[in-house]
Amino acid sequence: MSSAAMEIPYSVEPRPDTGLYNGKVGIWLFLASEVMLFGALFSSYIMLRVGSDAWPVHMLNVPIGTLNTTVLITSSITVVLAWAALKLKEFNKFRLYMGLTVVLALTFAIIKSFEYRSKFVHYAVEYTHNGQVIEATGHIEGSPWNWSLKTLQNPDHPIESIVFHPDAAGHGHPGEGATIHAGEHEAVTIATKDIHKLESFGPWHHTYLAIYFTLTGLHALHVLGGAAVLAWFWITGPAMWRTDPERLTNRVEVTGLFWHFVDLVWIFLFPVLYLL
Amino acid sequence: MGKPIANRPFGDGLMSHAAATVASATGSEGNDAHHDSGFWRKYIFSTDHKVIGIQYGLTSLTFLLLGFLLMTLMRWQLAYPGEPIPLLGPVLEKVLGQGMAFKGIMSPDLYNSFGAMHGTIMVFLAIVPLAFGAFGNYVVPLQIGAPDMAFPRLNMASYWVYFMGGVIMLVSFFIPGGAAKSGWTSYSPLATIADMGHRVDGQTLWLIGMVLLITSSLLGSVNFIATIIQLRAPGMTWMRMPFFVWAQLVTAFLLLLAFPPLEAAGLMQLMDNLFDTSFFLPTGLVVSGNPLAVSGGGSPLLWQHLFWFLAHPEVYVLILPAMGIVAEVIANNTRKPLFGYKSLVYSAMAIGFLSFIVWAHHMYLTGMGTKISTFFQTTTMMISIPSVIIVTTLFISLWGGSIRFTTPMLFALAFLPMFGIGGLTGLPLGFNATDIQLHDTYYVIGHFHYVVAPGTIFAIFAGIYYWFPKITGRHMSEFWGKVHFALSFVFMNLVFAPMFLQGLEGMHRRMYDGGATYAAAGGIEGLSQFALKLNVSISHAAWLLGWAQVPFIINLFWSIWKGRKVESDNPWEATTLEWATPTPPPHGNFASPPTAHRGPYEYSQSPAPNGFTPQNEPA
Amino acid sequence: MSHEHAHDIKQATRKYIYVFLALLLGTVITVIASYIPFGSHALNIAVALFIASCKAFLVAAYFMHLISEKRMIYGLVAATGFFFLGLVLLIVFSDADQLMSRP
Repeated sequence: MSSAAMEIPYSVEPRPDTGLYNGKVGIWLFLASEVMLFGALFSSYIMLRVGSDAWPVHMLNVPIGTLNTTVLITSSITVVLAWAALKLKEFNKFRLYMGLTVVLALTFAIIKSFEYRSKFVHYAVEYTHNGQVIEATGHIEGSPWNWSLKTLQNPDHPIESIVFHPDAAGHGHPGEGATIHAGEHEAVTIATKDIHKLESFGPWHHTYLAIYFTLTGLHALHVLGGAAVLAWFWITGPAMWRTDPERLTNRVEVTGLFWHFVDLVWIFLFPVLYLL
Repeated sequence: MGKPIANRPFGDGLMSHAAATVASATGSEGNDAHHDSGFWRKYIFSTDHKVIGIQYGLTSLTFLLLGFLLMTLMRWQLAYPGEPIPLLGPVLEKVLGQGMAFKGIMSPDLYNSFGAMHGTIMVFLAIVPLAFGAFGNYVVPLQIGAPDMAFPRLNMASYWVYFMGGVIMLVSFFIPGGAAKSGWTSYSPLATIADMGHRVDGQTLWLIGMVLLITSSLLGSVNFIATIIQLRAPGMTWMRMPFFVWAQLVTAFLLLLAFPPLEAAGLMQLMDNLFDTSFFLPTGLVVSGNPLAVSGGGSPLLWQHLFWFLAHPEVYVLILPAMGIVAEVIANNTRKPLFGYKSLVYSAMAIGFLSFIVWAHHMYLTGMGTKISTFFQTTTMMISIPSVIIVTTLFISLWGGSIRFTTPMLFALAFLPMFGIGGLTGLPLGFNATDIQLHDTYYVIGHFHYVVAPGTIFAIFAGIYYWFPKITGRHMSEFWGKVHFALSFVFMNLVFAPMFLQGLEGMHRRMYDGGATYAAAGGIEGLSQFALKLNVSISHAAWLLGWAQVPFIINLFWSIWKGRKVESDNPWEATTLEWATPTPPPHGNFASPPTAHRGPYEYSQSPAPNGFTPQNEPA
Repeated sequence: MSHEHAHDIKQATRKYIYVFLALLLGTVITVIASYIPFGSHALNIAVALFIASCKAFLVAAYFMHLISEKRMIYGLVAATGFFFLGLVLLIVFSDADQLMSRP
C-alpha cells in the first residue's frame, strides 16, 4: 500500500509497444468522439439544407469571418511553436507563444460575440401598409437588442411605433419573400398596431440561423475551454517547468492537439456557414 | 473537476489534506493516492477505481430499483385501469400533485412520464452504469494487472457527472408539468410540444440530464480504452486478455463513437425547447388546432436518425459486458477453457463494427426510402451472426465440463437461453415486412426485455455473486442466492413471455388502459379478452418478481458484514489476475506488479487434471 | 515525437511556417472562389469543400503530427473516419427517395 505502487505507468514516458504516453492516447480518443459530435451536426446541416426551400448564401459578414479564420489559424501555429520551444528548452519563447495563443483565442471569441450581437439587432418585420402586407428586413432605430412584437405590446412600456431602416435589396433575408419596394431604402415609421410579426435574426428565425448558432456556439465553447487550459499552462508553466518539464511538454502537446482540432473544425465551418 | 477543492470546508484536517493533494497533484499526476487521506477523499471523492466502481454500483442499483418501482405502478394501471393504486396512490397524489394522481388514480400524463422515465432510468442510469461503470471500473484494471485507471481524476469526474445527471432526472418528476413524457426515445416533434405551457418542462430537464450522462459516458470510455491500451501488465498481450476485458473494450468504443451524435441531437432538441428553433419541427405543424408559431423547415426524421445512431449500439453496450461476465463465470465454473476464445473476441469486434450500421431498422415505418430499408435489413441480419457465434460458443463451453452449480453459475446458465429467446424474437423485427405488423407492439417490449432483463440483469446478478468475495472478503449466502435465482427465473418468464402473445394480437406498447378500449371495439381490429387477462397475470408476476428481489437485497447487505469469510484470496479457484490481489484489493491493487505468463482460462490443463493455472504463474 | 533532436525540431518549425502560409493562402482562395459563379452552385460547394479538406489535411498532418504517428493512432483515426462517413452518408441517403421526388 505504499504510494510508490500507485504510480500510474506511462503517464510521462511512452509505453514501449504502443510508443505512446497515456495522455496522447486519451486526447486522440477524445478527439474521435468530437469528430462524431461535429459530424452529427454537419449531417444535420446537410439534412436541413437539402430539405429547405431557400438557403441564404453570403448572409454573414465575410470579411469579419475571414479575419477570424486568420486569427484562429495564427493561434494554431503559435501553439505548435510553443510546444517546439519547450522541446528546444527555450522556456521564454514558450511563454511568449503561449501568451500569444491565449490572446488570439480571446480575440476570436470577442470578434465572434460582435458577430452574434449583429444578428440580434437585425430584424425581419411583416406589417400592413395601405392595405398591403409588406415584409422587410433591416434595423430598428437605436439598435435595440432582440425585440419582438411582445416587447412592443408590453402593457407596462408600450411602444407606439418603430423607425425602421430597411436593408438594401438583395441583402440579408434568408428564405422566401424578402420583398422590399423600390425607393424604400430610407427609414420608415411603422405603427405597432400595423405589425404582424417582428423577429430578430436569432436562431428561431430560420433553420440556417439555428444550425449557425448551434455549430458556432459549440465551437466557441471549445475555443473558450481551450483558451482556459492554455492560459492555465501559461500561468503554472514556470513552476512545472522546474519540477517536471517532461510532463509539461506532454501536456502542452496534448492541449495543442485539441487546439488544432478546434482550428480544423473552423476550417470547415467557415466555408459551410459563411461562403456557401 | 474541482471537487477536491470543494470539500475544503469540511474541517481543518481535511483542508490540509486537500491542499496537500492539490499541491502534489500539480507536481505529479499519478501520485494523488494518499492512503492516510480522510473520509471524504477515501469514500466520496475518491480516485481509486475500486471505490468509484462501488459508487457506480450502489447508485445504479438504487436507480434499478426505482425504475422497477415505476414499472410496478404502471402495471397496476394496465391490469386495473382507472382504479386507485393501493397504498402508493395517495402518496403519489400528495407528492406529485392532484393533477397527476387524483384520488390515487394514475393520470395519463403520469403514466406517460413513468413510461418514459422507466426506460430512461433503466437504460442510462441503471444498466449501463452497472455493467460498464461498476463492473468495468472495478474489474478491468484488476484483470489487466494495472494499479488503477489511466486517468484516475477523470474517472472520479465521470462518476460525479453521472450522479448529477441522475439527480436532474429525479428532480424533473417534481417540477410543474412533471417529468418527460414522450417515451425514452423522445421523438420530435412530440417531445417538444408535449408540455408547451412550460418554458422549462420535464423534457428540458431530460435533455440536460442526458447531456450530462453522455458526457460522463464519454469521459468513462476514453479512460477505459486508454487504460486497456496502455496499462496492461507485462505479458498481458491482446490475446491473453480475459474476454470480459475485450467486451468492455468494444463497449467503450461503442460509447465513444455512438454517443456524441445523441449529444448533438440533445443540444438541438434543447434549442428547439428553449430557443424556439425548428431543427426537428416541420413546416406547417398544427397543435390542438393552432398553427405552431415557429419558423419550421426542420426534420423529425433527423432526430430519429441521430437518436438511433446511439440507441442501437446502446443495445450492444447493454449486452456485451453481460456476455463478458457470463464468459468469466462459465469458464470458472465449468473448470475448462472457454471454447473458441478467439471466435468470441472476433465476434465481439464484429458486433461492435456492425452495430453502427444497423440503426435504421428501428425506423422502417417512418417512410424512409425502400432502398435504404433493404440495406439496413441486410446489415441487421448480418449482425445476428456474431451474436449467435457468441451464444453458441458459450453453450459449447459447457460440454464436457465438471460444472459447479454455484449461484453465479446458475444466473450465467440462465442467461444463455434467455438471451437466445430475446435474440431470436428480434429477427422478425429486423425484417421489413414482418416489422410492419409487430412494430410498437408488446412483442417489441417482450423482445428487448428478454435481452435486457433476464439477459443482462441476470448476468449482472451473476457478476455480483461472483466478484462479491473479492470486493468484501466475504461470501454471499448460497442458499438465499439460489432462492433469489429460482424465483427471479420463474417470474421473469411469466412477465415477459405472455407479452409476445399480446403483441402478436396487435396490442400497442403505449396504451394507457392496457388496450381495454381496443378490446371493447371488438371485431378483427380488437384485442381479445385473453390478451386483456394476460395484463393481469403479467402484473401479478411483476409484483412477485419485485418481492423475489428482497432475499437478494438482504443477502447483499447482510453478507457485507456477516457473510462467511473467504478462505483465500482466490475462493473460486480462478485463473484471471483479479484473484491474484489481496482481498479486498488495496489502493494500488497488487502487492507487487504482476506479469501474465499464459492465457486467461487455463483450467484442467496438464500437468494437473482438474487443476488450474493462474495467469501470473510462471511457466 | 518524443526523441527528436534540436535539429529536427528546428527543421519542423520551418515546416510549420510553410503550412501556416499555405493555410492563409487557402483561406484567401476559398473566399474569392465563393464569389465566382462556376455555373452551378454545387460546383462552388465542391470547390470550397475541396480547399477546406486540403487545409484540414495540412493541419492534421503537420500541426497534429499525423504524418509520422504511431500505428495505434492511425487505426483510431481510420475507424473514426469510417464511422463519421457512415453517419453522414447513410443519414443523407436515407432521405434520398424523398429528395429525388421533390418537385
